[in-house]
Amino acid sequence: MARTQEGGSDWEGVRLHVVSGKGGTGKTTVAAALALALAAEGRRTLLIEVEGRQGIAELFGIAALPYEERKIASVSPARLGLPGTGTGEVFALAIDPEQALLEYLDMFYKLGRAGKALKKLGAIDFATTIAPGLRDVLLTGKACEAARRKGPDGRRAYDAVVMDAPPTGRITRFLNVNTEVAGLARFGPIYNQAQAVMRVIRSAETAVHLVTLLEEMPVQETVDGVAELREAGLPVGGIVIDMVRPPLLDEAAVRAADGDHREEVARALVDAGLSGRSRSAQAVRTHVEPLLDPLLEQAREHAERVLLEREQRAELARLGLPSYQLPLLGEGVDLGGLYRLAAELKSQGAA
Amino acid sequence: MTGKTGATAAERAEPQTALDVDALLDDRETRIIVCCGSGGVGKTTTAAALGVRAAERGRRVVVLTIDPARRLAQSMGLSELDNTPRPVKGVAAANGGELCAMMLDMKRTFDEIVIAHSDPERARTILENPFYQSLSAGFAGTQEYMAMEKLGQLRARDEWDLIVVDTPPSRSALDFLDAPNRLGSFLDGRFIRVLMAPAKVGGRGAMKFLGAGMGLVTGVLNKVIGAHVLTDVQTFVAALDSMFGGFRERADRTYRLLQAPGTAFLVVAAPERDALREAAYFVDRLAADRMPLAGLVLNRVHTTGAPQLTAERALAGAETLEENGIGDGTSAAAGASGGSTAAEAVAAGLLRLHAERMQVIARERRTRDRFVSVYPDVPITEVPALPGDVHDLDGLREIGARLNSTPA
Repeated sequence: MARTQEGGSDWEGVRLHVVSGKGGTGKTTVAAALALALAAEGRRTLLIEVEGRQGIAELFGIAALPYEERKIASVSPARLGLPGTGTGEVFALAIDPEQALLEYLDMFYKLGRAGKALKKLGAIDFATTIAPGLRDVLLTGKACEAARRKGPDGRRAYDAVVMDAPPTGRITRFLNVNTEVAGLARFGPIYNQAQAVMRVIRSAETAVHLVTLLEEMPVQETVDGVAELREAGLPVGGIVIDMVRPPLLDEAAVRAADGDHREEVARALVDAGLSGRSRSAQAVRTHVEPLLDPLLEQAREHAERVLLEREQRAELARLGLPSYQLPLLGEGVDLGGLYRLAAELKSQGAA
Repeated sequence: MTGKTGATAAERAEPQTALDVDALLDDRETRIIVCCGSGGVGKTTTAAALGVRAAERGRRVVVLTIDPARRLAQSMGLSELDNTPRPVKGVAAANGGELCAMMLDMKRTFDEIVIAHSDPERARTILENPFYQSLSAGFAGTQEYMAMEKLGQLRARDEWDLIVVDTPPSRSALDFLDAPNRLGSFLDGRFIRVLMAPAKVGGRGAMKFLGAGMGLVTGVLNKVIGAHVLTDVQTFVAALDSMFGGFRERADRTYRLLQAPGTAFLVVAAPERDALREAAYFVDRLAADRMPLAGLVLNRVHTTGAPQLTAERALAGAETLEENGIGDGTSAAAGASGGSTAAEAVAAGLLRLHAERMQVIARERRTRDRFVSVYPDVPITEVPALPGDVHDLDGLREIGARLNSTPA
């Protein structure tokens, strides 16, 4: 792979990006945008989904992903607003725990047809259900394997792997596979696998990013999540503040409009042409007066929100982590929007 | 979802049927309300607000929540919620109404079942079994199953005449309804029966039946998950066997309880594409399981007091003012005291804000109408968005009032 340019990223050296966040914060979208951003400058990235929701396929508007790495996007520098020519590639993979276990068993035991028998008997389902830890080891193990895989030329198969991980509430447990399987296997291949996975996850090659909104509950969950990750010795990455809306009016402006200046604001609305062509007192009364209170009410709500967001921002700043801001895309996220978010992440140094 | 879009949807102004939440709460026949929906749509807050409103309208209510959101507990005046229903103070107990709240502790609920359904000796064997410990703490679906179990228990106690349940934030819409069967069918599964056969009949039968195949299977599993695990599982299932029938039976009973006329499912969503897509899955799934759907609660819907002013005219007005030689709305504060130009800046800001609001409203309406066009028979109530978060009972009351604000 051609690497045309180094530097500019806060996460140089990180190969496994784990993206988590409270439900509804846009975790999958951010993971996908990050995979696109990391693919800039002719790189190759893999976007992994572990919860079987097919959120990636939904987002990219493609058919459901099989358990197989396949290319889902090309990233030319121009699409991210960058100079240069190297076209990057994003691959995607939806991991299915059952198939991952079979694949894994096959690696160690050369199961052949016995694998089918195991599956038919329900043994695979059984094994992944009795031990959620086992399921997690297989999922994280697959991501770690992809992050470390080397091609025939000795180069890494992927420059970066991005995992759309379980939500903040479950992320520490999910990644801390060592403790999860401790009660399960004290030796043997699964134990070794868990050890190997932990080595990658705890290393400087991994970063766990948390996505949040500027609202109380997601911010609280983010603060708690960071504390948990730190306590478990897992590498906390950055904070992605998603769906940020620009402040249009601040509190001072609202107060000004609501008090003595009410008359002046009303006159300004007439100047704005809201009473139609007529500027008569009658026209002002019928067209402008009824607008004043609702408009001021909206401004008060807006100011309240801006204030609340400022508090949440301060709360997040206390975490002392790199943070990135993504704008709210009004019409929902389509492919164009995804590239826009990727360009934002790239320009802010997240990739 | 079959995304039917286009003119027919866009032309429809209001949902065909409005969901009357107060009527649902006041109906004494309503004994259970289940709130379901994807994560982050305000499901837990909705459940709590329904609880407060129902209690203040004279019902004896218990709210069972799954989400350990501390703020929500605080908003009900409880420092924390645990596995026992606690009375919520400050609820205006009109006509004998009352409100209790609790949060599901799945491990403790599971422990209680074990203790209640076996003699002390056997209970101890089960509780100490390592496999039981991992099953009760993290088995995929344990939370859902235990939520159902708790619901069944609360209903059986008959201390409350309305139970409001907030379902787990399942990653898939199907988990909650599958829960009663999942654990049962797992314990009842073919493989576990085969595993159990040696323990029951001294090992001969199953081996003979399966021949060398079984040896290979258990051999591989032992290597993969550790030799002691299968033994733990065998011991556990043997110990559980006596109460096993009870498990299934109770799960089936709870499932039937959910289908009964006294139950009402509310699907909670926000007027966003993803949330409504999830809501559509829930509606389909509830129909497939013949579960009684009361309607859709659409949270955080934006409204305006000035619908007559379109986004286009507001923007044009803002531009006119800004062309008069002043900056944009954000700099308005700086010159707020500076007379008419400052007032113009503020006015421009107000107009831009309004334009943004009108665009949000239009987008939310389109999203909602797409849902309505596919599910014209699902009653909907729209809950106007609050500018901030809910912190206290007053906040929950406000949500409760807004749950009833859809014009009939």
